[in-house]
Amino acid sequence: MAASTKKAIKISQKHLLGIQDLSISDIKLILSESKKFISLNRSSSKKIDVLRGKTQINLFFEPSTRTQSSFELAGKRLGADVMSMNITNSAIKKGETLIDTAMTLNAMHPDIIVIRHQDSGACNLLSQKVNCAVLNAGDGRREHPTQALLDALTIIDRKERIDGLKIAICGDILHSRVARSNIYLLNMLGAEINIIAPSNLMPNDIERLGVNIFTDMKKGVKDCDIVMMLRLQNERMTSSFLSSNREYYEYYGLTPEKLENAKKDALIMHPGPMNRGIEIDTHLADDINKSVIKEQVELGVAVRMACLKIFCGK
Amino acid sequence: MKKKYFLNANIIDPFNSINEIGGLIISENGKIEAIGKKVNQNNIPVREKFIDLKNKYILPGIVDMRVFVGEPGYEYKENFKTLSKAALAGGVTSVVTMPNTDPTIDNVSIVDFLKRRGRDKAKINIFPSASLTKNIEGTNMTEFGLLQKKGIIAFTDGTKTIQNTRLMLRIMRSAYDLDSLIMQHAEDLELSKDGMVNDGIIATKLGLQGIPDIAEKIIIDRDLNLLENFNCRYHISQISSSKSLEAIKQKKDKVKFTTGVSINNLSLNENDIGDFRTFLKLSPPLRTEEDRVSLVEGINKGLIDVIVSDHKPEDEEQKRLTFAQAATGASGVETLLPLALELFHNESAKLEKIIECLTSNPAKILKINKGNLSTDNDADFCIVDLYKPWVVKKDKLVSKSKNTCIEDKKLQGLVTNTFVKGEELFTYK
Repeated sequence: MAASTKKAIKISQKHLLGIQDLSISDIKLILSESKKFISLNRSSSKKIDVLRGKTQINLFFEPSTRTQSSFELAGKRLGADVMSMNITNSAIKKGETLIDTAMTLNAMHPDIIVIRHQDSGACNLLSQKVNCAVLNAGDGRREHPTQALLDALTIIDRKERIDGLKIAICGDILHSRVARSNIYLLNMLGAEINIIAPSNLMPNDIERLGVNIFTDMKKGVKDCDIVMMLRLQNERMTSSFLSSNREYYEYYGLTPEKLENAKKDALIMHPGPMNRGIEIDTHLADDINKSVIKEQVELGVAVRMACLKIFCGK
Repeated sequence: MKKKYFLNANIIDPFNSINEIGGLIISENGKIEAIGKKVNQNNIPVREKFIDLKNKYILPGIVDMRVFVGEPGYEYKENFKTLSKAALAGGVTSVVTMPNTDPTIDNVSIVDFLKRRGRDKAKINIFPSASLTKNIEGTNMTEFGLLQKKGIIAFTDGTKTIQNTRLMLRIMRSAYDLDSLIMQHAEDLELSKDGMVNDGIIATKLGLQGIPDIAEKIIIDRDLNLLENFNCRYHISQISSSKSLEAIKQKKDKVKFTTGVSINNLSLNENDIGDFRTFLKLSPPLRTEEDRVSLVEGINKGLIDVIVSDHKPEDEEQKRLTFAQAATGASGVETLLPLALELFHNESAKLEKIIECLTSNPAKILKINKGNLSTDNDADFCIVDLYKPWVVKKDKLVSKSKNTCIEDKKLQGLVTNTFVKGEELFTYK
């Protein structure tokens, strides 16, 4: 009986490369699986052995603290053997191409590879060359599917639904994979999405993804249930996308005054790491009544456990 | 060489306004002795053998104005011998080679080397271009006059654009004095910086830096304005968008210039990039379907004069990378004509118009006596089975580099034989 229900809801994809590839039932499967791990992660004995004997390789070409540690912890709690590749010492620095690295790792028979890479589409390329499942932990500015899934889980955890919510995503949309994955996911789950950014950080034709676009933050957050802030990467200043941090904060930083335009019970989200005083007021970020930033990190582990389990075929 | 007789062929020669069923006689020294409907079985010697080309087409050898060869410096991508073979397989008998080699074609001594290699290794007609600026750095002009005397027929920085407006003006003045042909690759390099695909929904979805269409238009606008003062021989190498076409339309009556387009931009659009197909990373990038359709219209209305292959051989290692790291460009000299024929088969352009853009128009711009079937001229031509279906397979391509952007594409129209100076140098097997 249990076996047959399991069979009925199977993931449609071999790899988790982006939200774009998933169906609604895939997403529901991952989210419902994730919920089961929330309580496990809060209990005193956090380890199970569902992935015992499985090998997980974390391949991070870009520096990352939270995503990498989150994936590492997720794998370990499921009982997998987890190896994190230190790219600075690897053959990549000696001129090896991504495909050759993939072939090398593939020869070690991993069951799952988690990859983060600075180039959009790197995970797609990797997935074509290995036999195991590939999980995208962020590729260039294209997608960051587990971040979007954990954001959705956090919203559901607090608001009990996504359908019908009004969600603002604000900041450097142009360079943000988090924004893109969230747009696909939240759209699929029935939210109305407002995108807020200065024109210099707004991707071309983004409205064709089914979002409303705003350059005025107060208008953009009006009556929103969720205000999702994005990190402003400092290098954007030097390439003159923007004039200064203080001007950016004035117009696009989340302050109590701007937040007043949103719904009273609006929640603040941020994928981290935060630039306090640039994109978000430091007190708002820590306001336990409004900010769910810490919860996002917590649920991130649960979502990644669910993804590892599902894409390992368990 | 024995005299050759071809009869009953459909002959298209836009230069001489020939579009009729007839024959072709090639003299002992490889020249066209007679051509057209007057050449038939009744007026050739009875004892002579002839080749019956019923239902086949005779076209002038294609003149491809934009071809990259790896020699010198990148022989592993393509050398004169392999380029020549690939061109012949596509009915191309004359090419203009780009100066983006290592070292750059920017001085008289390297031209001697180039001419020698081209003559010894290639069986097609090689017309080398030289760079507009020394080492393609965009700062100092090359010696147009001296280079021309050595046989350079056009000047271009190939994949680069003259960014400095003052320098561009000075280049135009010199070209005006020396009657030199300037071929500009139109791209504002600041606007296109780090760009990989058309700036639009595909760039946004794939998370790739976009190249806006105005990057091309701004340079075209600038150059056409400059041309009003010194109307030298000026050719825009390739355009990719309807905006550029609009700019061209506005100036067409005011100044004299010509325009080219890559067959890739006429046949494909940005959606073909799909899931990061690096073989479709091109410069200029593939743009929207609306842009593509407007370019085809540009051909039909005579706003665009030339179709090129933009043949850019890259070894596979340079393409088996992430999209950002992959090399730009596709090989295509041997598929230029068959792919262009797609426009005829899907009824978006007339056959004569397509052939004109591939033969007589480029030859006129370059001021070379090629791309025509005039009597007493070299017998450079190809025989085409216009309706023969075939599928592009990279393993079957002749070019040394297999980076075609139309792998597995179904085409109609196959070059069966190619002749240069009356000699049959390619036969389809």
